[in-house]
Parts: sequence; structure tokens; C-alpha cells
Amino acid sequence: MHAQDHDTSAQKMAEEGGVKQIQDTIRNYILSTFLPGESAANLGDDTPLRTSSLLDSLATLRLVTFVEEQFGITVEAHEASIDNFDRIADIAAFVERKRNGEA
Amino acid sequence: MRGKETSHPSPAPPALAGYLEASAAQYPDRTAIVDPDGSAITYRELNAQADRVAGFLVARGVARGDRVALVLPKCIHTVATIFGILKAGAAYVPTDWTAPAARNRAIIDDCAVRVAFVDHRRRDVLETAAASALPATVVLAGCTPAEAAASGIAGTVSDAAVRVHAPLPSRGASRAQDLAYILYTSGSTGVPKGVMLTHANATSFVEWCSATFAPQAGDRFSSHAPFHFDLSVFDLYVAIKHGATVFLVSEELSKDARGLAHFIADKHLTVWYSTPSVLMMLTEFGQLDRLDCRALRLVFFAGEVFPVEPLRRLVGLWPQATYFNLYGPTETNVCTFARIPVPVPAARTEPYPIGQPCAHCSALVLDQALAPVRPGEEGLLYIAGASVFQGYWNRPALNDTAFIECADRRWYNTGDIVRETPDGFVYVGRRDRMVKRRGYRIELGEIESVLYQHPAIREAAVTAAADPQVGVRVIAHLAARGASRPSIIELKQFCGQRLPAYMNPDVFRFHAQLPRTATDKVDYQLLVGA
Repeated sequence: MHAQDHDTSAQKMAEEGGVKQIQDTIRNYILSTFLPGESAANLGDDTPLRTSSLLDSLATLRLVTFVEEQFGITVEAHEASIDNFDRIADIAAFVERKRNGEA
Repeated sequence: MRGKETSHPSPAPPALAGYLEASAAQYPDRTAIVDPDGSAITYRELNAQADRVAGFLVARGVARGDRVALVLPKCIHTVATIFGILKAGAAYVPTDWTAPAARNRAIIDDCAVRVAFVDHRRRDVLETAAASALPATVVLAGCTPAEAAASGIAGTVSDAAVRVHAPLPSRGASRAQDLAYILYTSGSTGVPKGVMLTHANATSFVEWCSATFAPQAGDRFSSHAPFHFDLSVFDLYVAIKHGATVFLVSEELSKDARGLAHFIADKHLTVWYSTPSVLMMLTEFGQLDRLDCRALRLVFFAGEVFPVEPLRRLVGLWPQATYFNLYGPTETNVCTFARIPVPVPAARTEPYPIGQPCAHCSALVLDQALAPVRPGEEGLLYIAGASVFQGYWNRPALNDTAFIECADRRWYNTGDIVRETPDGFVYVGRRDRMVKRRGYRIELGEIESVLYQHPAIREAAVTAAADPQVGVRVIAHLAARGASRPSIIELKQFCGQRLPAYMNPDVFRFHAQLPRTATDKVDYQLLVGA
């Protein structure tokens, strides 16, 4: 994409910081709500949440509600899928796309 | 003693398949079942499919008294398979098809099934290491005959072959006292136990529902509970007896609050039955205020206590419906019931009672010396009547303690502590280590036995605590074997591979060592208080 050529490195850093912040917000919520006592280092951006028994269906609903309220987005039923909600990295990317009006 | 059992207005049908056969004769062109994928089947065709399944099973040597296991998702074919098994005179053993392979294999082995129907996506159930040989016949569902033949498992056929088999020519193989199904529930020693139920057990409940709730052929029933959960007995047989339509809810949709809410509205469901957990999920996350669910006229819930606040909200959202709290362990199916007033009064804070005994059951409340308690005093609830199960499959020691003899009758000890009030029985709690979560029974000992399998765990004790948001929280107290303890994520995953999702602990708490009583047993009182 040519548009990317116009990004300054400062903008890029701000965006990366944004994604990192989203990831940490989600990580802290999951740790405090569903994994009390676990250290943040053990919950990576790529740790499977739903496909490896960390979050059950009700926990997923609560996570989706948290993401909606925290980031001011609406998650449609079909969007709360494994593709978007199985790893912190995917959730953060989804939030970014939603905020940028791409999803 | 409470409850005077009344005889049925008409002679009870001898067997469950008779409900389908009668409706197929009376309403051949009505829709019997609607699949999660939207396809539908008439009563005539469902009965014909079941006849073909029965023909296949009998050709494979299945006879009265045999068991046939199901590791299948919810779909029309599964319903036809259930009726086919019943028509062949056998009992079906439904399992949670999403549960860990080893657990389902343990169930299949425990009751020595002659045939197993297994979805091809769960062939790991067949491949997992097990003490017993595979059943003589395995039907792989959802794959082609060539794929089934290539599975490398002897005696394997595809369900496509079953569906074109010659139908069973004769009917009425089952008698009232034959086993109809075995439902496995959590066992305290780590092995699930099979609750044996006969046709007469099931039909006594179905007939009571008919007389009490007057379902109609125009009704549109939800089927939310999976078939290994006894709520499905109501969904399937009450609906089919009356020629109504059953809308199967898929595993995926059953947990999707908004999707499920739309399903209720779009399908104009008239009868709903689920656990309070599911109704609470719908109330909290389903956006019910945006949907028209006015077709709902009967809402039943069972399996656990419904806290009053979310119940009041639900009744406020669906004020047109009539609500019933149905109570009963798998061993008795529903044995007491209570109607919930609409609206729920604002001043009410106590959960509603479990109510009065159903017409086909009697109830006794006894103290530990087996003497009746006075009204208002707490005691253990015992149930006798036509719906009380036959015993646990192959568990003579358990069966010796499950029942007492009193007044020439056999009474099942529910283990539930109740109190009798003018509004019926009130559930108080339990003294043993069984808890209910999302309507499922959990023996905390079964979770402990899994945690003890972890190489880094030296001691494990599991407790439960009431939680206003999720009902019950399960807490695993652990002591590690070495200096470094396993991560909570690893433990969650470890349990997830060995236990159904509803049994995975919510909290893992590490102790240097678990507190002990003077007799060196784990001091659960201290852990619960901690």
C-alpha cells in the first residue's frame, strides 16, 4: 500500500504503542478476572484462550462485553469467533480494525 | 410423607418409541424436528429413519437390553438414531461429544456397548488408549463410506450406510421395565457413574408433563440441553408425544447469548426449558429488550437454584409466559415443581422453593437416624415413585447406599437437604461434596483425582463457593511437589484435557501444605473458611 509510505516513524511507534496498550489492557482484565494469581509473563499475546480451556463460553461473553465497553466498539455475534477472540494479539488487532472502521 | 401418587388417566404407553409411532400415524406431515442448520423432518420421515436405524442395529446383533453409545452432535440424524436404538429394544448412552476423548471412552467401556455411533471429528475417542476393546460395531457419522472403510478400525461403517438400511419390520421390542437410556454423571472417585433409567421411568414423567402443562401440537419446543443431560427427556419425548415441533439448539448456539435470543424470537418458540444459568446468560447478554419473544408461553428451568434478582429481570422482560421451577436429580428426573408468580414481587429476596411433589412421586424428609423431621425442620429429601431410577450401572456398592426401604417402598436418597414450608419444599444445601454448576453435577473428588495426576502436584483439595455472578466458583487448593509450582494456565489446560469445561476450576490457590485435621484428613472446613 502506498499510503504506508507516508507514515512517519513517530506515527508508527504511536500505533504500535496503541496496540501494545490494548493488548495489556486485555491481558490485565483476563488475568484479574479469569486467572487470579497467574503472572502476566505466562499469558502471552499468542496464548490460545478458548481453544486451550483458559476461557469457557461464559467467560468469553464477559470478555467480549469488556472489550466493547472498554474500547467503545460493537462486536457482532459472528465477530466473536475463534478467529478474532482466541489470542490477545488477535483481539487487539480486531479492536484496531474496528476503531479504524475496517471491520 | 408428601404426595399422593395418582394413577394415570390412561394406561401409560409401554415404550418411548411408541410416542413417535403414534404421532407419525396421527400427524405424518407435521414437522417433528428442525435441525440447527435449518433443515427439517416430518414425523413420517423421522419414524421411517428410526426404523432404518433399528433395522441396521438388529442386523448387527443388537438385542433387548444391549447398550448403544452416542458421541454425536445435536442434529436430526442423532434424534433418529436415538429412536432407532429404542425401537431395537436397546438403551442409548448419550455422551458429551465435546468432552475429552478419554472420558467418553471410559463411559463406552464402562457399560460395554455393542455399537457406538461416533462423529468422525471425534474418532480420537476410538483411538485413545483404553482397557477394553472397541465395540463390535462402530458407526462413523458425517463421513463417506470410503472414509469409514479407510479408518483402519474393524467393524466400522459410515452412517450413510445406516440411513439406507432395510427398516425393522416389527415393532414393540421394548417393555416398560427395559432400560431406555443410561445417563453418566460425575463420580466422586474420578470415574463417571451411569444412572440407569427405564422406559417406565421416562414415560411416567412424560405423562405427568402432559397432564400438568397441556402441551399442544402447535407448540414449538426448544431443545437447548444436550442429549446426555436429562432435560432433553422433556424436550424430545413431551414434544413428540404431542406432535409438536422441536428446534434443536447446536452446541455452538447454546453458548451464544445474542444468537440464542434471536433464535427464540425468530423461530417463535412457545416452550423453553434450560438451566437458570442459560436464562441468566440470555438476560444479561442477550439484549432481550430489543426482541419480540411473545410467543413464549411456558418457561421451565431446572438443575440449580435461580437467584431471585436475575429471575425478576427475566420475568419482567417476558411477562406473558408462565414459569415453573422443576427440581430433581438425574436419578428421579423431575420430582417436585413450583410455579413462579408473575411478576416476581419486588420485596422477594429468597430463591423460590422447589415446590410440591409431582403426581407420580412421593417425598419424605428424614433426619440422619432416618426418622421423619417435623415440618419446617431440615432433613434429607428421599423420593419414591415411578420415575425413580433402577440403580447405577455396575456399581453394587453405590446401589446399596443409594436407597432405603420404608413402608414397603424403595426411596432414593437425593443427598439434598430441604425444609418443608407451606409453599412446598425449600432447598437448603448438601452435606457431601457434590455441587451444581450450570445445572451440571460436579463431584469435587473427580476434579481432585485429575489434579493428582499432574506430576508437579503433591496435594489437591477442591472446594466450592457461592458467587453472585456465576453461581458457584470452584476453587482448587494445591501444594506443589517441588520448589517451583506449575503455572495456572498450565493447570487450566491440564484439566481442560481431562474434564468437561464446566468442571475446570475457576481459581487455583497454592499452599505450602494443605491443612489437616487431627485424623490427618484434609481440613475442608478450614479451606472453605480461608
